[in-house]
Amino acid sequence: MQKNIEEKASIPIKHGTIIVGKWNKNQYTIIRKIGSGMIGTVYLCRMHNNRLVALKISKQAMSLTTEVNVLKSLNKVQDNRLGPFLIDVDDWERQTGKSYSFYVMEYINGIRMETFIRRNGAEWIGVFIIQMLEQLEGLHQSGWVFGDLKNDNLLITESPTKVRFIDVGGTTKMGRSIKEYSEFYDRAYWHLGTREAEPSYDLFALVMVILAIYYPRHFKRSNHSKQLILKRIAVVRDLQLYEHCLQKAILGQYKLASEMKADLLQTMWKRHKKENKKRAAKGNYVIQAVIISSLSGVYYLVSSLFF
Amino acid sequence: MNKGTLRQILLITDGCSNSGENPVESAKVAFENGITVNVIGILDDYESETASGFEEIEQIAKAGGGINQVVYKEDLSQTVQAVTRQAMTQTLQGFVNKELTNIFGSSQTLEEIEPEKRGEVMEIVEDLGETCHLEVLILVDTSASMNDKLLTVKEALIDLSINLHARVGENNFAIFQFPKRKDPIGLVHNWAKELDSISVIFPKLVSGGVTPTGPAIREAMYQFGKKEMRRSMYRAEEYRREG
Repeated sequence: MQKNIEEKASIPIKHGTIIVGKWNKNQYTIIRKIGSGMIGTVYLCRMHNNRLVALKISKQAMSLTTEVNVLKSLNKVQDNRLGPFLIDVDDWERQTGKSYSFYVMEYINGIRMETFIRRNGAEWIGVFIIQMLEQLEGLHQSGWVFGDLKNDNLLITESPTKVRFIDVGGTTKMGRSIKEYSEFYDRAYWHLGTREAEPSYDLFALVMVILAIYYPRHFKRSNHSKQLILKRIAVVRDLQLYEHCLQKAILGQYKLASEMKADLLQTMWKRHKKENKKRAAKGNYVIQAVIISSLSGVYYLVSSLFF
Repeated sequence: MNKGTLRQILLITDGCSNSGENPVESAKVAFENGITVNVIGILDDYESETASGFEEIEQIAKAGGGINQVVYKEDLSQTVQAVTRQAMTQTLQGFVNKELTNIFGSSQTLEEIEPEKRGEVMEIVEDLGETCHLEVLILVDTSASMNDKLLTVKEALIDLSINLHARVGENNFAIFQFPKRKDPIGLVHNWAKELDSISVIFPKLVSGGVTPTGPAIREAMYQFGKKEMRRSMYRAEEYRREG
């Protein structure tokens, strides 16, 4: 059904078509489709200055306007790229007489988190959790809750390696009811909380984002959803280090992203120290070298804290 | 600002009406009385979206100023939310468009003003949608073919209640089934702020009989009025007691 809704909302535009805005008169040349969702289609486009941008076009002017409003207020938060940067908002009148609304944003070129982890190893999980927590912290501080946090709405960009949130369709003002959500990531679906937009809603979804890497086909709720999720976390070896923190987030025991971040960093430091001690005791330099390289993730993270 | 009340009928059915007056007419009357009619059609797994009977759903929603959506059982929960919310926004946009026409003459709509200003107006519409009072009367088809879908409907409605509970504005829900023996509709859950007790009631809904969608919508419309009357009666009583 999801598919049907998307088909209804999709707007096919041929490669090479030039879109000219009705109000601002900017020109965009369509390269290819890069995504589609409930309210519209996203195309990769070239601007007059050859810059690549993403253009989201929709028949639903008002729903699109809502997203633009969110992007505008996120863009106001300085030094913190929360969501894509907004470039232009306009309407397009097709020769057929039909009129569409569109907005143009920064093109974020990246790969899915699952793919990145598969290629580069599970050490990156801690890095990504911290990065996401930092972004969420900024978002929450400016009065928003991301809402529809899921793997489809995230991309990992390279140099520097960074998690980016790409779809702000679910972003909701703090205290209101979550605008858009997806079952697997939604705490209310699991009977583990309300759909009120508060920081802990995003923290729950964040844990599910990590779980989805290990359960790509997801799993369904049961009468004992809480135990089910906690167990699913506990049995993943890669997540052992973070298990305690992830479980706390599922249970809603963190009120703020910063609390979870502090807890997680502490856990990682403790582990790091323990490994150091072990290494010193053994005195085996080869093993030490291996461990150091495997801990590069932790180093990256620590350095990112200071810069 | 005085917070208004939005009134919606949410009709959940799996097919065509086959008894009584034309539901499209009833929906039109409801809309004229300030009540939006939204319709969700549930497909059987073997049916496609173009199955017969679903044209009527579109016509009912159109006449009722609301939204229609056809879904498979599994997607009901999310659809119920989306339809309820979209309908609220649509109704509010309708008010705004009317105001715009009053101010600028001819038929100026939101889509025709420049994107910058559209954004500002949309913010107001969203605020209203979050804070206004909402009354939703859910009208569930309990004819024979709905038998295997009622459990899903129940879950979707509990979910709706959870979701709307997070709104700032006040919510009121009531659930009616149709048909109910000889009557066009029967009360399942009286007006309340939450739908907490439906787990108990829902399994008892006996499915059977024809599908009198038209009469059901007409009757549902009066249930808003009744509630209002009851309220004002309470108020009158209170005054008397106080006096």
